[in-house]
Amino acid sequence: MSDVTETESAPIADTVDNPVSGIDQTAGNFSYKVDYEFDAGTGLSEKTVRYISTVKKEAPWILEFRLNALKQFLAKPMPTHWATKDLENINFDKIRYYLSSGQKPKRTWEEVPDDIKKTFERLGVPEHERKFLAGVEAQFDSEAAYSNIKDIVSKQGVIFVNSTEGLREHPELFRKFFGKVIPTGDNKFSALNSAVFSGGSFIYVPKGVKVAQPLQAYFRINAENFGQFERTLIIADEGAEVTYMEGCTAPKFSTSTLHSAVVELVALKGAKIQYITVQNWANNVFNLVTKRGVAHEEAEIKWIDCNIGSRLTMKYPGVVLKGRKARGEVISIALANDGQHQDTGAKMIHAADETTSNIVAKSISVGQGRSTYRGVVHIPKHLKGCKNNTECDALLINSNSRTDTYPAITVRGERNSVQHEASVSKVSEEQIFYMQQRGLTEGQAMSLSVNGFINDLARQFPMEYSVELKRLIDLEMEGSVG
Amino acid sequence: MSAPSLTLADPAIGSFTPELFAAHLASVSHLPAWWLDRKREAWARFLALPLPKRTDESWRFATLTGLKLDGYTLPPAVTPAGLGHAPIGIAKAGKLVFANNRLVAQEPISAELTKQGVIFETLQHALLKHGDLVKAHLLAQPPKQGSEKFSALHTALLADGAFVYLPKGVEIALPLAVFHYAAGAGAAVFPHTLVIAEPGTKATVVDFFRSAGDGAHFACGRNDLYASHGAALTYVAAQNWSRATLSFQSNSTVARRDARVLALNLHLGGRQSRHESHSQLQAPGAHSEMLALTVAHGTQEFDQRTLQIHQAPHTSSNLLYKNALLGSAKTIFSGLIVVDPDAQKTDAYQSNRNLMLSDDAEANSLPGLEIQANDVRCTHGATSSRIDAEQEFYLQARGIPKADADELLTFGFFEEVLSKLDHAPLHDALIGLIKIKFNPPV
Repeated sequence: MSDVTETESAPIADTVDNPVSGIDQTAGNFSYKVDYEFDAGTGLSEKTVRYISTVKKEAPWILEFRLNALKQFLAKPMPTHWATKDLENINFDKIRYYLSSGQKPKRTWEEVPDDIKKTFERLGVPEHERKFLAGVEAQFDSEAAYSNIKDIVSKQGVIFVNSTEGLREHPELFRKFFGKVIPTGDNKFSALNSAVFSGGSFIYVPKGVKVAQPLQAYFRINAENFGQFERTLIIADEGAEVTYMEGCTAPKFSTSTLHSAVVELVALKGAKIQYITVQNWANNVFNLVTKRGVAHEEAEIKWIDCNIGSRLTMKYPGVVLKGRKARGEVISIALANDGQHQDTGAKMIHAADETTSNIVAKSISVGQGRSTYRGVVHIPKHLKGCKNNTECDALLINSNSRTDTYPAITVRGERNSVQHEASVSKVSEEQIFYMQQRGLTEGQAMSLSVNGFINDLARQFPMEYSVELKRLIDLEMEGSVG
Repeated sequence: MSAPSLTLADPAIGSFTPELFAAHLASVSHLPAWWLDRKREAWARFLALPLPKRTDESWRFATLTGLKLDGYTLPPAVTPAGLGHAPIGIAKAGKLVFANNRLVAQEPISAELTKQGVIFETLQHALLKHGDLVKAHLLAQPPKQGSEKFSALHTALLADGAFVYLPKGVEIALPLAVFHYAAGAGAAVFPHTLVIAEPGTKATVVDFFRSAGDGAHFACGRNDLYASHGAALTYVAAQNWSRATLSFQSNSTVARRDARVLALNLHLGGRQSRHESHSQLQAPGAHSEMLALTVAHGTQEFDQRTLQIHQAPHTSSNLLYKNALLGSAKTIFSGLIVVDPDAQKTDAYQSNRNLMLSDDAEANSLPGLEIQANDVRCTHGATSSRIDAEQEFYLQARGIPKADADELLTFGFFEEVLSKLDHAPLHDALIGLIKIKFNPPV
């Protein structure tokens, strides 16, 4: 464990050497001078959209799709009748909607330019570790700068490409589901993404193929006022299984940046998709993401979602349970520190008999941080044997921390059952006292207690992520007591 | 407000035209000027406010097309004989019967209670005789839960209601009962009950809302409770309007130091009924027990919105709302616990249980929390499911037919709420009302 001796409150960002985890906190505070070959400029107009589409050499139907989305984005009001007014602080005219260094996705590590390798190193992902990854789709701003699919995966027939490639080279596969799980007009930000998307992963796993190692992608934002709008579509054919992981870090900038992704999952009969996110954007990023999956008969979709960074995150991963006995699950961890609002949750739309869903959400509010759970569970008419279980627990660390819970549950008919439970508490004084009795500082005890609170969820993450998560929590908890 | 732009066809006003308001105002012109001014202000607010919109979060899931304001009128006076007023079979400390916004019968409180300073009379009397007391409390808590327009209409058109004042230390064992009737086609009624409980008092007040006949009525009522230091107040409302009635009822409860308020709402009648309940826990030791039972059948819609605001440390609240759904009925429960930044040691609970007794019924739950203090215990839960198959099987295995077993289990489901009433005759009277709803007399 740690050997921290002081519990004074100090702004975390100022801590250079951190004895708790050995992580250099300034590591994320960098930016590179990058020569962008393509730059759509600031602001959003039809011209911007046409520029993006031309640069990407897209088929006419994609341009049409983008232009239609732009219209819907402009027509839709901000959802501030239910969401936070902080959304009004996004200045869409100051955002860059497309930047690209113009590089083609790289196939081998050797081909990756040195300065980009240096970036990865500072992100804490050493080269030798990457070689063990099944496939790395590291997004360098808008385009994938590095992409490596391990031989085994491609031999199995798995397609793992970026969105531009996916739509260009495999339209027969991806067009069928592209924009179908999350329609363009689903919400203002899905419309925005549909208009200006670039980057992200398109994955197809053929029938019966079980991808043994998780596919992984790193995203980061590296230009002031630059919004990132990646688009991901994963299709698991009948009986296929795949796990996808994304993690993100971002350099810190003084003006707000916007990240607005759309992620669509399709699990055909008997397929399983697990989608894992560890989100750690800088505290000036608006992270407004739409994530939804469709689970067909006996298929299973599981979202594991962890939000630690950003200024405002609004993200409610959903599953449409379309086939009999489909199963949906959302495991959510949110940590909100000073100046942060984690507005996260889950949506479960039951659309077939005997479908089951499970939501477990845990949030921690530190300092003046605010965490919100927002959920929808919908069981329409004449279904039978549907079940939902929802648990939300909130932990408040400081006396001025804030938490909200806003679930919405609709059940029709007598043959289904739903249960929802939520609780709010603080760290048990007795537990802290007990640990201090045994020689731990208050800070260490608090950290241990908070880690204990999310332990049963953190265990479900892949090992390296849960270790990282634990370190991040140690860091966030430091200075929160005393 | 410019009158020419308003026409009879304006759906935001419906039957409630400026002419109707002028006629009402003339009928209450003998009341104090401050009150008439407030009514005029409220009328302007009613005209200015729009009807609820689909994007209003406080009306989420509600059937907005049902909120039509036309076809109603301020009804003429009726005689008690025309009401079919049935006794509820409980001994009372006093009784007021209102029909179509007027007092039609009463049983005054005993001379002894009067001597102690207890006031139990009409709001009109109180406005004339106890002006300052009424002025400080009447409609003093602004609505916060979405019914601002209907609350303004209530204030503008409120003609009469019940006024209860309990001076310091007085305890009344028997309940004070208030009946509110609507009679005649299109009758619009504005029931009101105001209870002011001074320190150390104890009393039970019961409101009965009823329709004479099965006409389409419009009810827009309000009941406000003030519980001062150490007061123990029990409030019961039994709503049984006709099945064609559109009803809005809002409650405000203010609990001060060590006050304990128990409010139980029984919802049986109405076509579309909205109930808003707003509890403010203002000082340490205050406790609010918020209970409700709804039996929804046919195409009835019950929309219940609750707000528990903990404004001071060491306060507690406990909410239990149970709905039984039959036919193609629809219920909405939307609750919110708010813990203010300084309200440490709050203990708040909120629970919504829906018993689904039909495959066409729809239950919506929106249990919410907004917590801004860390040293609190706040939990909520919501469940929707049918009768427990194992319990049903257990009873059937002991020779009880399925229909009887279901009825027993359904009443068992209600009993968790009803058993919190510390008054056996009242408890039995409420069960009697529920039984009639399940097995209506032919």
